[in-house]
Amino acid sequence: MKTVSAEHLVKSYNKGAVKALDDLSLDVAEGTVLSVLGPNGAGKTTTVRILATLLKPDSGNAHVAGIDVIKHPDKVRELIGLSGQYAAVDETLTGWDNLVMFGRLYHLGKQQSINRANDLLERFSLTDSARRPIKTYSGGMRRRLDLAASLIVQPKVLFLDEPTTGLDPRGRMEMWGVIEELVTGGVTVLLTTQYLEEADQLADEIAVIDHGTVIARGTSDVLKKQVGGERLEITAENQDLAKVQEIIAGISASATHIDGRTVSAPVSTGSSALIQALRALDEASIHPLDIALKRPSLDDVFLSLTGHVAEESLPEPVKKKKRGGK
Amino acid sequence: MKHLLSDSLVITKRQVLQLARIPELLIFSTIQPVMFVLLFRFVFGGSISTGQPGGYVQLLMPGIFVQTVAFTLAATASGLAQDMEKGLIDRFRSLPISRGAVVIGRTFGDALLNILVLAVMAAAGFAVGWRPTSGFMRVALGFLFLFAFGYALSWIGIYVGLVVRDARVVQNVGFLVTFPMTFLSNAFAPTTGMPRALQYVAEWNPVSSMVAACRQLFGLKNEFGATASSWPSQHPLETSLLYMILLMAIFIPLSVRKYANTSS
Repeated sequence: MKTVSAEHLVKSYNKGAVKALDDLSLDVAEGTVLSVLGPNGAGKTTTVRILATLLKPDSGNAHVAGIDVIKHPDKVRELIGLSGQYAAVDETLTGWDNLVMFGRLYHLGKQQSINRANDLLERFSLTDSARRPIKTYSGGMRRRLDLAASLIVQPKVLFLDEPTTGLDPRGRMEMWGVIEELVTGGVTVLLTTQYLEEADQLADEIAVIDHGTVIARGTSDVLKKQVGGERLEITAENQDLAKVQEIIAGISASATHIDGRTVSAPVSTGSSALIQALRALDEASIHPLDIALKRPSLDDVFLSLTGHVAEESLPEPVKKKKRGGK
Repeated sequence: MKHLLSDSLVITKRQVLQLARIPELLIFSTIQPVMFVLLFRFVFGGSISTGQPGGYVQLLMPGIFVQTVAFTLAATASGLAQDMEKGLIDRFRSLPISRGAVVIGRTFGDALLNILVLAVMAAAGFAVGWRPTSGFMRVALGFLFLFAFGYALSWIGIYVGLVVRDARVVQNVGFLVTFPMTFLSNAFAPTTGMPRALQYVAEWNPVSSMVAACRQLFGLKNEFGATASSWPSQHPLETSLLYMILLMAIFIPLSVRKYANTSS
């Protein structure tokens, strides 16, 4: 029995002009994390909005904890937490105000709402800023508060729509820590992301979507295998490169590739290729600068599945306009 | 359904808290109407002659009251559109709360603000010579009318906010609606000076009915209207009530439905 399931979801916008979801199906097993990975416009947010009862699909079915999302949205809302791409809290109010308000909206009593707000602020290290308006918070603090607001009543399923988009690396690491902790607590998570390393880090399973449909799914390992085998990579000093190349050629059946001081070639024997290479290097008294069995990254996965690169829209510094010559 | 009222009140409380956290909001929403009182009183007051004892300000104040209450429609709409833009409405919609609570709560909040604004304006009017002569009960009834009219209009604001979604666009739309609506009326000048066709528009304008109703309740002859001798200008109280009921009958169900089905 899957905790979240979506079957053949279709959704178009602008009277059919834009097809956001095109026969999308996915499911999440209880207590696991499914990461929905895809570039901007692939249909990630639409999927979450349908599962979180905010949007009705044109056709298809969706269930959360066995309850039909379309027929009984009210019952589903009691079981889910949603933390969106944009911090959906009242920015003029303080963190404490917000959490107490959401507690009241979950029909907790007044004192209970206050206690819950205090607990959550403590748990997400926001106690010191509890009495400040949200608009004074950093991006990471804002996201943590947003997440806290979705945990007022322990949800059975948590939907996280791009939880770290727009955060700096430190904020992202903090957020990952928080999410990992939640998962340990047993909540089922569906998380969307356009960061490949985020999916790799957090998810038990990954569904890669593009143009509104799932184009591949499986664990990170399975997806990587799907793309192809591993590469043996050795980096060494210049004078050793010829010998290193010879060693690698002896292990790999394919052609070697040299990039600067790094020699690499595809291998099919996994870690035994690595051991073999180390022995040969040792016999030749070569101390490599680096040696690794490189597995394909999710970038490679995406490229080979879709034929185009995933849009890594990491926040870029604002480019200054170049001044034209006189 | 059993939580409708309590959920709405939580939303209302949020608005009250917002005002407490940003007192500037409160100050600016009361400064503007007071500014209008002063401008009209001292810019036009000297040159518009009326047959009323007490002069132009007696006729002006009901007009300004109605105008101010009508302008809050734009604030309601842009506040809601802002919540939509920021994703707060999505969060509310993902919670197990009663349908309608979010929009009903906001109309309550705006109604509270209207009470405050009306009180400040009444004080400002009093300071510049406004003296209603009809006795406490009639004046109180006049304010009750103003309050109810503001509440009915806020539902237009809710609908506009839900449909337009963009807070800045909503501001503009709000002014495009409320400016002609309040000036194409008997609020500031006699409708007799307008072209014949506009006179009819002005006399059937809910704002004119409201202004005429307030003037009547505050003990004035409504000499700024009643040129085309239309039914509304003869029966301002009844017409105003009908308009309020009509507005709410149309926009409450529309808004609640729109809220429930809103998606982006």
